[in-house]
Amino acid sequence: MSIIRYEQTQGKSLGFYALIAGLGAFILAALAGVYYMEHNGHHVTGMSNRIVWGLPHVFALFLIVAASGALNIASIASVFQKKIYKPLSRLSGLVALALLAGGLMVLVLDLGRPDRLIVAMTEYNFNSIFAWNIILYNGFFAIVGVYLWMMFERRMNKYSRTVGIAAFTWRLILTTGTGSIFGFLVARQAYDAVMMAPMFVIMSFAFGLAFFILILMASYKWTERQLGDAIVNRLSNLLGVFVAAVLYFVAVYHVGNLYLAENSGVENFILVDGGIYTQLFWYGQIILGSLVPLALLYSPATRGNRTMLGLASVLIIVGGIVQLYVIIIGGQAYPMELFPGKEILEGYGGIAAYTPTLAELMLGLGGIAVSLIAVTYLIKFLPFLPESLADDVADPHHKG
Amino acid sequence: MKELNRRDFIKTTTATTAGVATIASGITLTTYAALPKESNPVTNEKRWGMLIDTNKLTESNIDDMVNACQEEHGWGDEAHSTGDQKAGWIKKVKVKDKATERISNLALMCQHCEEPPCVDVCPTNASMKREDGIVLVDRHLCIGCRYCMMACPYDARSFVHETLTDQKTHMPRGKGTVEACTMCVHKVDKGEAPACVASVASDAVIFGDLYDPTSKINQTLKKVQSTQIRADLNLNTGVRYSGI
Repeated sequence: MSIIRYEQTQGKSLGFYALIAGLGAFILAALAGVYYMEHNGHHVTGMSNRIVWGLPHVFALFLIVAASGALNIASIASVFQKKIYKPLSRLSGLVALALLAGGLMVLVLDLGRPDRLIVAMTEYNFNSIFAWNIILYNGFFAIVGVYLWMMFERRMNKYSRTVGIAAFTWRLILTTGTGSIFGFLVARQAYDAVMMAPMFVIMSFAFGLAFFILILMASYKWTERQLGDAIVNRLSNLLGVFVAAVLYFVAVYHVGNLYLAENSGVENFILVDGGIYTQLFWYGQIILGSLVPLALLYSPATRGNRTMLGLASVLIIVGGIVQLYVIIIGGQAYPMELFPGKEILEGYGGIAAYTPTLAELMLGLGGIAVSLIAVTYLIKFLPFLPESLADDVADPHHKG
Repeated sequence: MKELNRRDFIKTTTATTAGVATIASGITLTTYAALPKESNPVTNEKRWGMLIDTNKLTESNIDDMVNACQEEHGWGDEAHSTGDQKAGWIKKVKVKDKATERISNLALMCQHCEEPPCVDVCPTNASMKREDGIVLVDRHLCIGCRYCMMACPYDARSFVHETLTDQKTHMPRGKGTVEACTMCVHKVDKGEAPACVASVASDAVIFGDLYDPTSKINQTLKKVQSTQIRADLNLNTGVRYSGI
């Protein structure tokens, strides 16, 4: 393994400007959507008093979860001392920060009063897992920022492991906090499970790595730098393991819930007769988002094929968004059990209706665009990417 | 006449401002001090509550309660909101026992829990519980995150989905914030009963201090069997029901 040299991307090509313009258009559309929703009020959205968190929350939580997962590559290098991942650490930190920024933007712009963000920053209720999350998100920016500095500054390199361990610990707590937003909701049958926290952690591993792989492959392809199979195949294997682990957690969660009579209603709703939610769960989350990617990653016919790895990553991201849709919207659509043993004839109950609007979708996609534009710009101004990740450069065990 | 230079100007202005501020705040403080002491200071020696007897409560009673609440607080005529988007501080709920098919009607609103999940989850302390047990939303602190609505087991809270006009002076509401039954705190603090309670002529709805052994609600609760909705959650609600 030779010395890794990092270099900015040129960022002068037509493709670069086309990418920036395309992402910029999405961001403008998102801002237009926000203006429309905030000016009129949330009545122009599909959200209601029953579905209080809609499509923007799906995207926001997906990006926040993926953000902490994207940092894993750096953690594997610094915390677990796997040398081959070390050249990827800077990009890993950057993708993590960019995804978090995109997710938080969506979250904040969907507030009823986004103008009162300062209140959220100054008034803390320490009993609220939401308030803790605000601290965890801000802390994540700070710690990962310092972590990147330790990696960039040669004199500080020696501290990068210590800071890396702190960042790794912090990200585990952060995703635990995000999962607990749902896990601590005793009122709702679909949530109220401590299991949500570790499940969100493992989801973050898969979603974050899928994003990371796509960004890595695209940036090396578009800047015509070398990216060897040693790294790509390892990432591909890791991605498969993470997707399988998510499936395991999803299975345990649902089987465990099915066992409890009080939760059989909501389980029946998600797994069997919930209409769109059942379809999204089976076709979107399980088949398209998990089983097909696993097949693409492991079957001999497609294994090692970069296009197929890219496709698998895209499917995992789409499947992840679908999974959060089923959790967040499906979990709210099913009514709360107000009177156990009784049937509610009037006044409450039934499956709540929700049809997402274009403005909500644009806001969500705008969050992804913000993340991607941040990465695209920053790799132009700072040396995040090694100039080559060819096998003879990157693989410590390369024989050649 | 001596010409005023900038330094002098700043000096004079600062001194004047400081002087006015000092005197003004003094005046304000004296004014406050001169006000008569509040007759009913909010204290945790009281716990306001309500007992709803579904055996006595007729369906038209419940309609009257809902109307009284709407009239008192001015919710429900949101022009643009549809269906589940409209505010609903109190609603009529009809339930049927799955085994016996017995039907009960009740009014459902904020249950004013002793351990309110909405207060626990609110990131900015906008959701809060007064010392006397009334759960409220401070609309100046509410950022509209709606986490309290996710946490409330009673579907008691509403989000304002549109711009509102002509609001009641005692009950300002705002687009983008969350609201719910206030147990008519503005009336209770004046020694009056909540609007919904006052709208029912019979004793199907009793309001009072749960802690006061001489109060009607305390004495009735000692005699009759009553229940809390979702008692399994251990929230110790201020609103109790009998007959369901």
